[in-house]
Amino acid sequence: MKRRDAMEAVFPELERCVVVTIMGAVAAELQSIGHRPNFFYLQHAMGLASSMGLGIALARPELTVVVFDGDGSVLMNLGGLTTLARYRPRNLVHVVFDNESLLSVGGFPTATSTGTDIAGIAAAAGIRRTSTVIALDEFREAFTAALAAKDLTTIVAKVEAVGPSGYVTDLSLLENRYQFQRYLRDAAPSAR
Amino acid sequence: MPVSVSSSKLIYDCLKDAGVRIVSALPETWLVHLIRMAEDDAEMTLVRLAKEEEGVGISAGAHLAGVKSAMLMQNHGFLASVNGIVSCAQLYRIPLLMFISHRGEFGERDPWQTEGGGVTTHVLDALRIPHTRLEEPGHVARRIHKAQTLAYSASRPVALLLCRDLMWEEAS
Repeated sequence: MKRRDAMEAVFPELERCVVVTIMGAVAAELQSIGHRPNFFYLQHAMGLASSMGLGIALARPELTVVVFDGDGSVLMNLGGLTTLARYRPRNLVHVVFDNESLLSVGGFPTATSTGTDIAGIAAAAGIRRTSTVIALDEFREAFTAALAAKDLTTIVAKVEAVGPSGYVTDLSLLENRYQFQRYLRDAAPSAR
Repeated sequence: MPVSVSSSKLIYDCLKDAGVRIVSALPETWLVHLIRMAEDDAEMTLVRLAKEEEGVGISAGAHLAGVKSAMLMQNHGFLASVNGIVSCAQLYRIPLLMFISHRGEFGERDPWQTEGGGVTTHVLDALRIPHTRLEEPGHVARRIHKAQTLAYSASRPVALLLCRDLMWEEAS
């Protein structure tokens, strides 16, 4: 499965969610599929996308929050999985695209390439709904089920280590940040 | 434990008055009462962290989502958060309200606290983070209010250093 195809497969669902992504290929590919004001791309601070998602989910329980994480990022904040599990925001779906490498800095292999199991770590951290998916149909099904479950879910999607040719887009960081904040301010509590 | 309950209560009441509704924290001796007050308060969401840098992400998310937050941590928690402060809060202009229990100054008996205390203000200065000391009850409310005001007008992190004379009641 390619990460871009996975994001494209669930793209229609993202319209009614609040989306936080990590930097690099995930951010660039999602923007290439289509930017929306409810998408925030954390273009640095590796590891903190899931923490930002938790902050939004706790602050606004009426919204559904989707975090697009990566193996390199989540490995930098494994403790964050225990915090997610502890507060169990029912409105957060945590997707980890696992390409077993730090693709955007040259493709160096991460520990998942030698057997580290992120879904297993998430489950052992106390997250009750976890899965690892390999095929695109499996991913779409797991993502839809997670939205329907209304419970904290970590989905590890095994993806190919391929990405876009470049990572800088024409959406500036602060433009994205203020647009996203305005979206959240204006999002009616009953939006979902 | 000679951690000041009255000073902790004063600080906590200022947090409430400032509209803070999410507090992230890692336990540290001087923070025990503040953390307990947050835990016992139905209007407050206390997020117990595994590592302080997570708190930067949580506060950033909460801010963009329209909820005021604060971080409670020790010097070493601040030092452990530096990358998140720079590459999340400063890069994205997030107003962080950081309460740092400022261990390692004159009177410190724990040898392991002495290095962190010695570098904290220098690191804050290097990061261009405005900071002030909370040392006596008389200025606590005013300084917290002013710190939060600047954090929001500048859209940047600010730090309040919780000092020994305010937090610790043991006669020395």
